[in-house]
Amino acid sequence: MSFLRFAVRRLAEMAATLLGASFVVFGAMYLAPGDPASFLLSGRSASPQALAAIKAQYHLDDPFFVRYLHWLGDIVRGDFGRSITYRTDVSRLLADRLPTTLLLVMMALVVVAVIGLALGWIAAVRGGGIDSTVLVGTTLAVGTPSFVAAVLLQGLFAVKLGWFPSSGAGDGFGDELWHLTLPAIALALYLIGMLARVTRSTMLEALDSEHVTVARSRGVPERQVIRRHVFRNSLGTVLTTGGLIVSTLLICTILVETAFSIGGVGQLLELSTTTKDFPTVQAISLIIVALFMAVNLIVDLLLPLVDPRIALGTRSTSV
Amino acid sequence: MTAVLTRRPGLSRIRAAGPPLYLICLAFVALVTTAALLASWLAPYDPNVVDLGNAMAAPSAEHWLGVDAAGRDTLSRLLLGARTSLLGPLGVVVFSTLAGVAVGMAAGWRGGWLDSVLSRSTELVFAFPGMLLAILIIAVYGEGLLAPVVALSIAYLPYVSRLTRSLVLAERKRPYVNAYQVQGHSALQICLRHILPNIAPVVLAQSTINFGYALMDLAGLSFLGLGIPALTPDWGRMVFDGQTAIQHGYPLSAIWPCVFIVLTVVAFNVVGERWADHVARRTP
Repeated sequence: MSFLRFAVRRLAEMAATLLGASFVVFGAMYLAPGDPASFLLSGRSASPQALAAIKAQYHLDDPFFVRYLHWLGDIVRGDFGRSITYRTDVSRLLADRLPTTLLLVMMALVVVAVIGLALGWIAAVRGGGIDSTVLVGTTLAVGTPSFVAAVLLQGLFAVKLGWFPSSGAGDGFGDELWHLTLPAIALALYLIGMLARVTRSTMLEALDSEHVTVARSRGVPERQVIRRHVFRNSLGTVLTTGGLIVSTLLICTILVETAFSIGGVGQLLELSTTTKDFPTVQAISLIIVALFMAVNLIVDLLLPLVDPRIALGTRSTSV
Repeated sequence: MTAVLTRRPGLSRIRAAGPPLYLICLAFVALVTTAALLASWLAPYDPNVVDLGNAMAAPSAEHWLGVDAAGRDTLSRLLLGARTSLLGPLGVVVFSTLAGVAVGMAAGWRGGWLDSVLSRSTELVFAFPGMLLAILIIAVYGEGLLAPVVALSIAYLPYVSRLTRSLVLAERKRPYVNAYQVQGHSALQICLRHILPNIAPVVLAQSTINFGYALMDLAGLSFLGLGIPALTPDWGRMVFDGQTAIQHGYPLSAIWPCVFIVLTVVAFNVVGERWADHVARRTP
């Protein structure tokens, strides 16, 4: 299969899954007992005008599928509706908060990639005591939910030692980096454990393979064997975890941002869930799902370039 | 057998933990379960009695593990919290295992359109992280443990059904299935009485690993104040309550639930991994 045909097919698949996901996100509203208008207002007293506005915005007088198509059409045009709690456009709310969350996720991603790969590499190559230490450490990390890490780091480094601020997102880029350091580490901890384990086990597998023995017997320096024949070979498997890593980071921002009261998209999702601000919940859910699928698509397209042994599309699409 | 246990990548292909660690983890699982079962007899105090005069007191003979920012006994809250913290994941695991085995078996045995419909919907569920699906459903239904448990069960179902499907496909090719078919046993009978016992150990190992993940997800949700009702003691909620105490320089009431969450998840992971490795080694 040619690369282009594969890319088009995956894109179409992604669009189909996204359509299904949007249907789930839209249809969830109708699981609520009672009439959708009163659910959307969720107990708030509404003037007849407000009720009429809600009915007009959600096309509540139309049949179900017409409503869905209207809603979908608005979203494709970037209109996520109006937040019931904040009384502004959801797209405005998101635009204000998205940069902070994306910076946080990026910082955590860098931490995960650098430390996770390094730990896995060292554990696989050195073995012995270092390997056991890394195994014990990653076993604990994989069992630590991000909110536990957030609360413990906050207690130690922000409250007790006072090295970092305990809440807020800061003003200006440098200040923001400083404010987001602890949250990024809390977000990364679980995934560092996961990535280190994947790296370690795939590198060990590669170390056992014949081409490594051949390279060694031909006198290739050990450093080069590890870099070009072991690490390079395990990179494909490591890359397949990319989609899972990004979606875990995105969903865990809700916990970490709440713990550190960072006014990003994660905290907005928490607030809008507790206040039953459904349009906002729908928008954020859709964005997370879309980002997850986009990353998975990129991974699928990059995979044959990183690891030519993997034929296009032979990996199952979900990790 | 070609089927491989579909573990999350972090736990795949690690070498089995040594026997001592496995035994310690098994003992810890037994301890926490017993404590949860006997909680109402073991707890020295009512977990919800507020004693503001005694707030944030250090551990003492009366309160072994100290009290929290509202003067509630930490030990009693931990014990009764173990109930909700373990009951939720148990519900998720039981439901996702039963439904996942049914779905996976139907897909593996029947094949055809049923199989492709099921694998399409599996892909859709994979696109929703479990927490997100739970939040979406909580936003509709509001308070209560049932909504997040059902949502997480649906999110965990594909892990079980995909595994079951591949196991059933492998079993179908084995001669004993043919032998029963020739003897005129019905498909349902062969599946339930002969295939199910053969694939059960692998599925159970997967479900044990899922337990730890479900515990983390549910504790996270209750940390956010979503799902579990306000007055029910729960480890995730205790971490949230403890955050205020931390700000006042009294971290103990937050540290205890954190420790128990981490140790319980690690224990379930190690036990599940050990079983999985054991099963993998046994099959040719």
